[in-house]
Amino acid sequence: MSLTVLDNETLGYGRTAVLSEVSFALAEGERVVLLGRSGAGKSTLLNAVHDRLVPAHRVALVPQDHALVPQLSVLRNVLMGRLDDHGALYNLTNLLRVRARDRAGVAEVLEAVGLGPEIDRPVHGLSGGQKQRVALARAWWRGGRVLIGDEPVSAVDETQAGVLLEQASRRFPTLMLALHDVGLARRFATRLVGIRRGAILFDAAPGDLSDAEIAALYAG
Amino acid sequence: MPRLPRSTQAERWTRPRVLTLFLALALLALPFADLSLGSHDAGAALARMASGFIRPDFSALEQIGRAIWLTIAFAVAGVAAGASAGLALAPFYHLRGVRWLCIALRSVHELFWALMLMQVMGIAPMTGVLAIALPYAGIFAKVFSEQLDEADPRPAQVLPKGTDALSRFLYARAPLALAVMKHYTLYRLECGMRASAVLGFVGLPTLGFQLDSFFRLGDYAAASAIMICYVVLIASIRLWMRPVLAPLWLLASVVTLSLIQSPPMGSGALMRFLTQDIVPAPLRDGWDGAALWDWLRPLLVSEALPGILATVLVAQIALALTGALAFAGFGLIVPRVTSRFGRMVGHLGLVILRSFPEYMLAYLFLQVFGPSMLPAILALALHNGAIIAHLLGREGEEILPGLRRDAPRGLTLWGWELAPRLSGPFIALCLYRWEIILRETAVMGLLGIATLGFYIDSALAELRLDRALVLLIATGLLTAAVDRISRGLRRRTSLGEARRYRDECC
Repeated sequence: MSLTVLDNETLGYGRTAVLSEVSFALAEGERVVLLGRSGAGKSTLLNAVHDRLVPAHRVALVPQDHALVPQLSVLRNVLMGRLDDHGALYNLTNLLRVRARDRAGVAEVLEAVGLGPEIDRPVHGLSGGQKQRVALARAWWRGGRVLIGDEPVSAVDETQAGVLLEQASRRFPTLMLALHDVGLARRFATRLVGIRRGAILFDAAPGDLSDAEIAALYAG
Repeated sequence: MPRLPRSTQAERWTRPRVLTLFLALALLALPFADLSLGSHDAGAALARMASGFIRPDFSALEQIGRAIWLTIAFAVAGVAAGASAGLALAPFYHLRGVRWLCIALRSVHELFWALMLMQVMGIAPMTGVLAIALPYAGIFAKVFSEQLDEADPRPAQVLPKGTDALSRFLYARAPLALAVMKHYTLYRLECGMRASAVLGFVGLPTLGFQLDSFFRLGDYAAASAIMICYVVLIASIRLWMRPVLAPLWLLASVVTLSLIQSPPMGSGALMRFLTQDIVPAPLRDGWDGAALWDWLRPLLVSEALPGILATVLVAQIALALTGALAFAGFGLIVPRVTSRFGRMVGHLGLVILRSFPEYMLAYLFLQVFGPSMLPAILALALHNGAIIAHLLGREGEEILPGLRRDAPRGLTLWGWELAPRLSGPFIALCLYRWEIILRETAVMGLLGIATLGFYIDSALAELRLDRALVLLIATGLLTAAVDRISRGLRRRTSLGEARRYRDECC
């Protein structure tokens, strides 16, 4: 079943087209990975799919720049994943003093991404890899039908990246991620989409793609 | 006439031309300004004061202590109330109604607010607190809303779509701007201390009142003591006003102010003020357009207009002198231009001139030179010149490490390296201060100089509040017009909205 469909659409910011005449459909249960050089249009496609999905489905998002609030603690940043589930009064009192139940829940997802001890630290003191894991924990805490992630494991080492992606696929039935590590992408994805110069170059299962075809994405 | 292409239009407003224009305006104003020395002997007055000033007398400890503590209390309570109101208004600042309300609030000087509020509440603590809080609410709302806009928008964008507005604000907007907002509030407290001191000159029990009393008694040694305490207090504000201590200071201030006894006002004073006093006299018994015009015309022609002319005259001369002093003086505090000892003296001089509000300096100069425009011009130029010189000097210091290794020293460094590099910031700062100088010039009329404040004060003394209100509106419009022109000039000379200077605007 298709969750969302793009049919021959041109995507971009303002009047500049980044992707022209793209067709793309995301189906339930897929693990789609976008590959391509930076600036090829991966983020544009992810954002477009995210915006299409949001009205009808619960979607968790891990943006490339994390979009954390550096002044707030790890705990409160993770809580932001569920602000829309509660009213303003609940959120306001939670900001002043986090409820024990929420704290326990967040502690659990932080434990999963290896940030258990950092729960009360302000985000601005964390390393790049830690910040990225806070952004992931926020998405875990939100949960939902789809995870959209723009280079969600770019700042952690290879082993950790594998573990985190494995967690992601257990927590979300459908995933659509941009990755730059081709090996990781091959192991993880059920479907690889290659983007080059604003167009989709290939869209196939990993087993149907040769290394040469993928390398062509990155060739000068 | 054919329209000039944009680039040509822009070239008309080069920075040297803007400078020349302002110098020419000041020179043009000079012959019309009353710069006479008072009839009495200025030299003798100065000598008497100087002999008192060099022997400060701290024996009036109780009076000095009380005046200083009340100055702090009014400042803390007023700034806290203003900041809270401003914070509540900031998220709605993009709404036209809110923006105009804030512009109106801040276009009226604290002293004018105090004089108007006294008509309703008398000389009560609330008069002083509101006189600071009302204009500051307008300023805080504007600055807080800008600071919120400048904060990183990404965390708010990534929040789940259904998040309500308040949670969105509290989680993803406010925390990002909190640090700059705190910093700005602390800085504003410094401005509030000056405003609070000056409120004493219109009768509130703060430092200005005590200073005035000492002067009337000719007790210059005690006046000197209280001024020394004041400078020390302002210069050390960052030591005693810590964010963690703020609630304590606020509590102490509120308790102190609530213990002040004030004469009761008759009941219904506010209603009478709103429905009778400030309604133009010919309209109190119903609408009468012709009578209104007959009332308004002489008021505009023989009070507002001369008041505006005198205000602009004084402000333009003061602005030119401010610029000259700042440009010549900023080198005093830059290493490699001035020796260590020279810098110490320079810093001390600038701190003293910065600490004293224009109004207080003008009051002092008035005692020496007698009544004319001269004390006002000197006070404005010295205070504002010191502020600009301080900021330029600080910026000059930041330039030093980037200079080539064999850069010259002393005056050559000042003239060849620093002055040219700082000419942009210099003009921007002067244009920023222009509006402030004008505001302060208007209010100096309360000291007897024929600027707008003089006419407002006269109208209030005759209890003709309707006329005072018209003149206040004229003052507000004049300030707004200068602000507009200043912003236009900054844009055309591509000095832009240099946000880093915003913090230094009182």
